[in-house]
Amino acid sequence: MRRVLIFIVSVALGALLSAPGRSQTLTDSPVQALRAHDTPSDAGRCITLTWTAAQVVPVSVLRATSPEGDFETIGEAVASDQTFADYRAEDKQAYYYKLGSTAGEVTVYSSTFGPVFSKSNWLHTGRINALVLTVLMFALIVVYINTAKKGKPLFIRRIAGLAAIDEAIGRATEMGKKMLYIPGIMSISDIQTIASLAILQHVAKQSAIYGTNLEVPNKDPLTFSAARETVKQAYLEAGKPDQYKEEMVTYLTYDQFAYAASVSGKMVREMPATNFLIGSFYAESLIFAETGQFTGALQIAGTADVPQLPFFVTTCDYTLMGEELFAASAYLSREPVLLGSIKAQDMTKAVIMVFVAAGIILLNVGFPILRNMLVAR
Amino acid sequence: MKRTVPLVLTFIIGMYPIFAFFVPHRIASDLNDRLDTWLIIVAAFALPLGAVNVFMINLSKISQRRKGWPYSIVILAGLVVMGSIGIAGAYRQDSIGQFQYLFQNIVSPLQSTMFSLLSFYVASAAYRAFRARNLDAGILLVSAIVVMMGRIPFGDMLSHGSMTPLSEWLMTIPNTAAQRGIIIGAALGAASMSIRIILGIERTYLGSGKD
Repeated sequence: MRRVLIFIVSVALGALLSAPGRSQTLTDSPVQALRAHDTPSDAGRCITLTWTAAQVVPVSVLRATSPEGDFETIGEAVASDQTFADYRAEDKQAYYYKLGSTAGEVTVYSSTFGPVFSKSNWLHTGRINALVLTVLMFALIVVYINTAKKGKPLFIRRIAGLAAIDEAIGRATEMGKKMLYIPGIMSISDIQTIASLAILQHVAKQSAIYGTNLEVPNKDPLTFSAARETVKQAYLEAGKPDQYKEEMVTYLTYDQFAYAASVSGKMVREMPATNFLIGSFYAESLIFAETGQFTGALQIAGTADVPQLPFFVTTCDYTLMGEELFAASAYLSREPVLLGSIKAQDMTKAVIMVFVAAGIILLNVGFPILRNMLVAR
Repeated sequence: MKRTVPLVLTFIIGMYPIFAFFVPHRIASDLNDRLDTWLIIVAAFALPLGAVNVFMINLSKISQRRKGWPYSIVILAGLVVMGSIGIAGAYRQDSIGQFQYLFQNIVSPLQSTMFSLLSFYVASAAYRAFRARNLDAGILLVSAIVVMMGRIPFGDMLSHGSMTPLSEWLMTIPNTAAQRGIIIGAALGAASMSIRIILGIERTYLGSGKD
């Protein structure tokens, strides 16, 4: 009996002390609860793996097309990250996954998970809030345009920068000097450039009426083509097509600073009475505006690029900030249909302000639900 | 017809990226990517149009000896030299080095020179902005001093460490709030303008606001 007891105790102690730690590495994977699913709201060909793990150890991600098939390593991850995206999946193909962790020459594997299929999704569920806002804005624009068409007067506040355009044209006319219109440095695909062309049309029409010399130097070839058509059409509408000259709208260069050098050179040499700096600008904004200020020109700037606004505000006489730039065509034309869309824009802004204010209040009393609802992915 | 076709095209091409933004399916995203490629191709076609304009305008300026005509010679010489070496480089690998040499030794230093002028322009613009002519300019001046002093060790040394937190507060609370206000307004303005263009209400980009 005593021998038997000694034998049992010896075997138990031997089992406990023979390979402490190694047995854990060999038999226990650092990864538990491996799951895999199709990545939601994507174009397909992607499966997301998740698991639970506390250890910061490297793991290999293995994939096979059948549970008994040959698993091949498709990537590496850190166990504590608890997620991995397989971007090399084929849609509608069944996949099985497991994770391997290697210590020395020994590799332990997690349980296998599968089958999982990837697919292309038809709706981005993370953007439903943006979809609702887009539909709301479309609807408000249609409603307010119909209201405007019925003849109901719509109030739009005075925008100093836009109201000063005619004054600026008048100044150039009286001084007998030219006006320089810079439509930004971006292409026609930039919405600010299109907004700038709307203002250019008004400026060109007025310059045709008053016989003021206008020059529009361009950096982007597409903007150049559109600006040329805009000015030509404006002169035609003003009944002065003969006064339009090809030299009015010119192409300079595609290089940002060569363009800046050329335009500032024109400002210094030709001393235009008025400079319009309206569109999308980057680092060259201050070069233009400060040179124009130095030459004593009356300057009207407009951009929605927030980093450039301080430069324009400090160096230009008038600055159209952000949304004022986009309201220009409605403000200058006073067409009811366009004014209706501005009203709809203001209403959407009011709705957003209410949501933001309510979200701040709810968040501060411990309910982040509205904030979470407004996050678009 | 001259107006209807561009307006219909604008509606279809304008609506499609909105559709693709909410529909991530590969069929939608592939066509959207293709549209982006088409834009690059269209822009490439427009570039020779610009180059031709540069030639025409500057040749006319030189032939008529208009004011500043020597500058036009420099422009045309630059265009011909860089353009011909660049195009030749597309066919003969050995002239790539010549183009790189000209770019690195002429174009790049000229770009750096223009960019470095900004520091002087910032100084003169700041001088004008910070003249305390009224209450608004006074507040701007005080805020600027606090922010500048908070960004340098000397400011903290003078104020016993109180400038940095004050500067950070100015940048993260009032400054961020104002910027977000402008950004939200501008984004809504851009969205509103885009809808006007897509629906054919805004037509100035076609050269006229009216039919």
